[in-house]
Amino acid sequence: MKITLFIPCFIDACFPKVGASAVEIFERLGHTIEYPQELTCCGQPAFNSGYWDETREVADKVLVRLKHSEVVVIVSGSCGAMIKNFYPQLYAGTGQEAAAKALAAKTYEFTDFLVSKLGVTDLGARFPHRVTFHDGCHGLRELGIKKQPRQLLAHVQGLELIEMSEAETCCGFGGTFSAKFPMISSAMGENKIGSALETGAEYIVSNDSSCLMHQQGLIDRQKKPLRTLHIAEILNTR
Amino acid sequence: MSTTPAAAEFKRDATTLTKDLRHRSLIRTALKKYEIARDSKKALFQDWQSARQTAAEIKWDAINHLDTHLADFARNLEARGTRVHWASNAEQAREIILTIVREKKASAIVKSKVMTGEEIHLNEALEKEGFEVVESDLGEFIVQLRKEPPYHFVFPAMHLTRGQISETFAKELGSAPTDSPEELTMIARRVLRGKYVTADIGISGANFGIAETGMISITENEGNARLTCALPKVHIALMGIEKILPKFEDLALFLPMLGTAGAGQTLTGYNSMYGGPRQPGETDGPEEFHVVLLDNKRTTLMADPEQRDALHCMRCGACLNVCPIYKNVGGHTYGTTYQGPIGSVITPHLRGLQQWKHLSFASSLCGGCTQACPVKIDLHHHLLQSRRNAIAQRPVWWEKIAFRALSYLFNHAGLFSLGMKLGRIGQIFHPLVKATRIDPAHAWTQSRELPKVAPETFREWWQHRK
Repeated sequence: MKITLFIPCFIDACFPKVGASAVEIFERLGHTIEYPQELTCCGQPAFNSGYWDETREVADKVLVRLKHSEVVVIVSGSCGAMIKNFYPQLYAGTGQEAAAKALAAKTYEFTDFLVSKLGVTDLGARFPHRVTFHDGCHGLRELGIKKQPRQLLAHVQGLELIEMSEAETCCGFGGTFSAKFPMISSAMGENKIGSALETGAEYIVSNDSSCLMHQQGLIDRQKKPLRTLHIAEILNTR
Repeated sequence: MSTTPAAAEFKRDATTLTKDLRHRSLIRTALKKYEIARDSKKALFQDWQSARQTAAEIKWDAINHLDTHLADFARNLEARGTRVHWASNAEQAREIILTIVREKKASAIVKSKVMTGEEIHLNEALEKEGFEVVESDLGEFIVQLRKEPPYHFVFPAMHLTRGQISETFAKELGSAPTDSPEELTMIARRVLRGKYVTADIGISGANFGIAETGMISITENEGNARLTCALPKVHIALMGIEKILPKFEDLALFLPMLGTAGAGQTLTGYNSMYGGPRQPGETDGPEEFHVVLLDNKRTTLMADPEQRDALHCMRCGACLNVCPIYKNVGGHTYGTTYQGPIGSVITPHLRGLQQWKHLSFASSLCGGCTQACPVKIDLHHHLLQSRRNAIAQRPVWWEKIAFRALSYLFNHAGLFSLGMKLGRIGQIFHPLVKATRIDPAHAWTQSRELPKVAPETFREWWQHRK
């Protein structure tokens, strides 16, 4: 299958290993990867801030460029939800509504694509560590992804998954919310990290690097004995 | 975001409360207990999701045919001698109630829990004219003694410890300090029982108004609403027009749903129906029964088809109880009658979008509220729509410029790559200003470390690999 990989802006800049892991995993599974380099961002920051005209300026290009892709995979639940759920709303009642819906239908979040579309749960990965899993809210509630990452982690050799309490509670990132209301965002993050620490895990693993960016920022500032890691990086271990 | 006084207060109080670890742990612990109880009661439903769907459809019908349902409701109430009053706004509602109270020359008024009363500032209006008003709901009674607004529209005093309640009672009622919840309840009961007997007028709210039968339904756990509605000679019920349910049988779903979602109870302790004043041959009940129907901008919300389902709300509080924002900033920080997600959705409609838009932005859009809502209000998406509406009406100039510039950057991958390179240089010098006022990333770095631009970005890795 020819997979078009959409790499979100912050993964491109700060977490390239997440994207690289996805490329290597898909290639090992025998698929061809296409990376449209002219696309940089899905437009979510402007969208969530209320600037829908500015969002369409970015999204227009995404719609056109991905029109002929067979499938589109995104290594982030949040950006995935943006294209799958919010593009159709963004273009509702416009001439591009059908194109937005068509793109939404062939777009997948990374773990969902592996499990639901490719039917793969065992990637032969080995990661002998105790981890806890953080469900990013967009992946969990907008896209309904909960069991897929767990099915994948269940097949990682040596990995022990310990669920944290209040696992479905938001970590407080929330995109521009984290900068508009940093005090609330950070308090939420502290609670999340507290729950993760209680499990005795070494890593917080997630299918969303944006949540992890916020959590790692707090962990580093408060010098907590924890690290964050995107699930793609674990699945790409040998 | 442009700052209004309400937004500035919200930020100030949020800053204080989010640092208050005692508050954080108190609320988290209380609501964890609620979640466990709620889940055990949800499990008693054969299918909670289809119950939610049915409830949403019933309310959809109720709200989309509110004109006929309200007319039926009023006609059926009047047929049994109830006086029905229509109030378009808070001032009219206050005046209707004040007129009744003045006419009766009331010496004492007892109230059960009435959130619409908070909405129209009824107590203040009554007290200003010299009428004594006593809240009979234990939580409301406590916050009334403390001269505070309710902290939560279902659990008004949930932010207080037993010690604080004991102190309040000792100071205001002269009771001996105690740590026992039973004793504290008994202190309040002794005061309140005296009030029920002497009150001329009882004021209540309404959980539901049944159009088919012309009855109001009130659910409560303390029995105080029953006494408030039955003992005084006059009963006034103040009800938002959206509380209508078309049929009596709808309660078979809504009463257990309200108990479950609201407090983790199979059913609320007492569920009463009021259909009119004392009828000939009856030995108890009020001589007069007034129902005041309050619009107060609910019809404005109804005119917005996108967010109209917010009128489905039965004020169970389920969305507050799961909201991580609510849990960290607390109920008073909102500065609204209705706190939490539902308050953030409806307040801009009830009290002005530009003044209350900050509540739409004060959300991580996690969707926990929407998932919890028993009547399926699309709460977090409404926050997103309100953001869009507020910005379309009045954009913030510097944000608009910034997002325009960002869109341009995102649409030119070469520029984006250059930006990453510059970021790599910038981050070498960033420690010099990190977390200070002149740090461009101050909003982030005051509490968190900034992520670093990688030595090799993904696109660079891809290009090198080819």
